[in-house]
Amino acid sequence: MTIAYIIACIVGSFFFLSVTGMLAMWVDRKVTARLQFRVGPPWYQNFADFVKLSGKEMLIPAKANIFVFAFAPVIAVLAATVAGTVILLVMRTGFSYPGDIILIVYLLTVPSLAVILGGSASGNVLAAVGISREIKLLLGYELPFVCALIVPALKSGSTTSLLEIIRYQQANGAVIGSLSGIIGFVIALFALQGKIGFVPFDLAEAEGEIASGAFVEYSGILLGLFKLTKAILLIVGPLFLVALYFGGISLNSPAGIVAGILKYLVILVLIILIKNTNPRLRIDQALRFFWGWLTLLGLAAILLALIGR
Amino acid sequence: MNLKMKALKKSLWVYHLSGGSCNNCDIEILDCLTPRYDIERFGMVLVGSPRHADVLLCTGIVNKKCVERIKEVYDQTAKPCVVVAIGACACSGGIFRDGYQMAGPLNKIIPVDIYIPGCPPKPEAMLAGIVKLLEKLK
Repeated sequence: MTIAYIIACIVGSFFFLSVTGMLAMWVDRKVTARLQFRVGPPWYQNFADFVKLSGKEMLIPAKANIFVFAFAPVIAVLAATVAGTVILLVMRTGFSYPGDIILIVYLLTVPSLAVILGGSASGNVLAAVGISREIKLLLGYELPFVCALIVPALKSGSTTSLLEIIRYQQANGAVIGSLSGIIGFVIALFALQGKIGFVPFDLAEAEGEIASGAFVEYSGILLGLFKLTKAILLIVGPLFLVALYFGGISLNSPAGIVAGILKYLVILVLIILIKNTNPRLRIDQALRFFWGWLTLLGLAAILLALIGR
Repeated sequence: MNLKMKALKKSLWVYHLSGGSCNNCDIEILDCLTPRYDIERFGMVLVGSPRHADVLLCTGIVNKKCVERIKEVYDQTAKPCVVVAIGACACSGGIFRDGYQMAGPLNKIIPVDIYIPGCPPKPEAMLAGIVKLLEKLK
């Protein structure tokens, strides 16, 4: 693997992930609208939003640290894209090595860290409230998310290679078919909700109370990049769960691709339904939920996986 | 530039700015977001920060306390942005035009692009105003 090949992969998956991510955001907005008996936006809505934001004026607050403020969205997009590239490469070419699910977990925390960096560099009080919530939320959902990762790793013969996990499931049936798999999937779903920043856990960018939180000072293309990060995470997160719990996507036959898209859409619609049927939690409620019930459930799932259930 | 204006017309993000209104116009603005009118089908969403906004929906006579704030919010908005004066008060002062608190109407403070009169204007009137705004943006 040469460096040119890796860069080509990252650029290619960046375009793929942005286009599909914006379509996934549209699915989110459309399903939300239909659930509220509204019509909802047209399919090109998120593309129009992004083009519009890239044409707007880019304001940088006088108190801000310009370097960190401007680079935080770029870091967020890059990290989300690289995480997606790793997963897509595993599914497309079978390029994998022990420990790459740990790499993906690290990469998926970087967008949250970039939000924290950018928000704190903007020097706004509301952004400070937003990032303090984001930090607590990050500490909250990582623990159950890691518990939920250990379950498929244990089920597929104690491996940390994504390809091994997918191969094991294609040979022996998906992890979701077992009791520990179901529990682990539910935990991962809620942790993902926090990672993407969807409604029960969107307190870091609560529009109503703290005016979009960490994003309050962002405008123009920088805001567009943060929106793009969210769109990419909406693809990468469910795709990761498809690989871990539903046996991945086989890209070699049309039937496999259709089945893969259906698996992805099931997880996406589940996330949207959770988003639309829950109110926003306070930060102490969210932390109690993640560190209390969800972590206990996660430990129970790991024990069940250890005894082979 | 043309593509950007087209995208802008398809995705107007509105920020709601009250200059001392009686809350009636504000409630009618929120009516536009309800399932009956649903302005999200035109790509309009309510945003929480003026930095994200393309349209400032201003209601109320501008009272003396609000003048500095409204100028500040207008400066904070990322350009190009459009200012809409909603309701009789924002357009002309309405029944409060002789009041001791009156510092407006709005077009004395910041440049206004569209006036939507009414006390309060119906959501249909606001939608009609937005259609005229889209024609103006060409």
